[in-house]
Amino acid sequence: MAISESQHRTRRRRESAAAAIPEARESRPAASFSGAAPVLEFRGVSKRYSSGDVGLDQATFSIDRGEFVFLVGSTGSGKSTVMRLLIKELEPTGGTIRVAGHDLSMIKRKRIAYYRRNIGVVFQDFKLLPSRTVYDNVAYALQVTGGTRREIRDKVPDILRLTGLSTKLHNYPDQLSGGEQQRVSIARAFVNHPPLLLADEPTGNLDPETSVDIMRLLYRINRTGTTVLVATHDQAMVDKMRRRVLELSQGRIVRDEATGLYTRDETTREFARRMRQPSTRPDGV
Amino acid sequence: MRRSAAPSFAALATVLVTMLVLGVFIPIVQATNGAADSVRGKVEVDVYMKTNATAADDARVHNELLGLRHVKSVQFVSKEQAYQQQQQADPQAYALLGSNPLPDTYHVYPDNPSNVLAVHSEIAGTGSGGTGQPIDASIQNVSNKQSDTQKILEVTNLVTITAAVLTVLLVLASILLIANTIRLSLYARRREVEVMKLVGATDWFIRVPFMIEGVIVGALGALLAIAVLGATKIALLDPLASNWTLIAAPRTIGFTFLVVVLLAAGTLVSAVGSGLSLRRFLRV
Repeated sequence: MAISESQHRTRRRRESAAAAIPEARESRPAASFSGAAPVLEFRGVSKRYSSGDVGLDQATFSIDRGEFVFLVGSTGSGKSTVMRLLIKELEPTGGTIRVAGHDLSMIKRKRIAYYRRNIGVVFQDFKLLPSRTVYDNVAYALQVTGGTRREIRDKVPDILRLTGLSTKLHNYPDQLSGGEQQRVSIARAFVNHPPLLLADEPTGNLDPETSVDIMRLLYRINRTGTTVLVATHDQAMVDKMRRRVLELSQGRIVRDEATGLYTRDETTREFARRMRQPSTRPDGV
Repeated sequence: MRRSAAPSFAALATVLVTMLVLGVFIPIVQATNGAADSVRGKVEVDVYMKTNATAADDARVHNELLGLRHVKSVQFVSKEQAYQQQQQADPQAYALLGSNPLPDTYHVYPDNPSNVLAVHSEIAGTGSGGTGQPIDASIQNVSNKQSDTQKILEVTNLVTITAAVLTVLLVLASILLIANTIRLSLYARRREVEVMKLVGATDWFIRVPFMIEGVIVGALGALLAIAVLGATKIALLDPLASNWTLIAAPRTIGFTFLVVVLLAAGTLVSAVGSGLSLRRFLRV
């Protein structure tokens, strides 16, 4: 597209301002050369369940701040295990997990709740509180951290506008479509601006068109500097987005590829347009 | 504010029903015990004087009886009074008699109904330290209603003990029922608790709203039960109380006290039950 540098900058600035989110950084490293500590570090992590099944087998990888990483693999390959280890729902049977430099095994049971407040989580089944409105669902994440009523009044409508739910503030989850519910879930996960966002099969229950919208939202969040890790088996989505891919198979990491082929600073609109195009490469590289 | 009220409603209904049952049962138990006690209070030893006893003999025996251990009071019924009482009971028989065959009688009341047999054996001299003769020569006979007295004591004891056991069982059942219903209603909402934990809520942050709900459900259920009991009392029992002294028996627990007890019990069990039941789900 032949647009001038200044027009490009203006458009980007306008988008950022309109979204009312922190200023997007100009560039993000795809792989680590910044020297800063990685946000996420798995070192030889293994998880063997009491039933004898192997969830993870000597998994080692690290993710830097601001990265957008896909975790792919078939069912039972260990994607959910990674997620559950990260939110400390499970404890590893071997290896070390570091998040923002802190060893997870050092976190005591009482402190788990405080740790989880730094991680936004999005699930396939949305996990909303059914007896509360959209507004209250998102507000709950703020109440948990001791947010005042004024803070909640300010932040919640903002984040709901960001996720395109301004008209649904007072609806209940059972009155929303799947895509809308997932947006609420994402809004709740992001309202505290956590440094890390995890999404476990976020588009699993959604149709392809809605899936694009959701991924666009996650991309937008990533542009604010939030590290995003998405577990999915939607291969088409992964190929189109062309981000770093960690592939798991039977608990082992079999591929860790930073494609480097993506356009780093594309706007979310350009991103969405590219996502909606049919795959140009039949072999799906 | 609350959308799915069904589990809470179940807990409320449970509290209501158990409080109602308790509220009816407790006064009944109280009345039964009161009746048993008054029956035991009538247990006595009858001492019959010889027909030739003088006023001096009467006075002497009266003092001797009062001096005995375990004797609370002694009531004197002169032969004339006895004659009049019995004549009223059976006029035809006594019209035929002519003269008064009845003796002076002392009704000896023990301080505690269970001591009546001891008192009897002391007066009659049939106890271990006794001579085999009544303690005073002017005493003709000491009534031996031993078997009757024994029966009365046994039956009233049994009634009291049974009532106590039933009360304990009922209270236990009520507590278990309320706690179980609360646990079930929380189980139905375990997804909510799971979500709250994922978002980073501390255990107490999750627990407090549920406990508050427990307090409200318990208090509301108890209040409704009290309202029903109060309405029943005013509509049915008070008009009857003037006719039946049993219902107005003085030993029946005061209504206001019952109200306070039920309210406290309902609220406490619900609140504590909510807090404790959550523990199981917070472990996740």
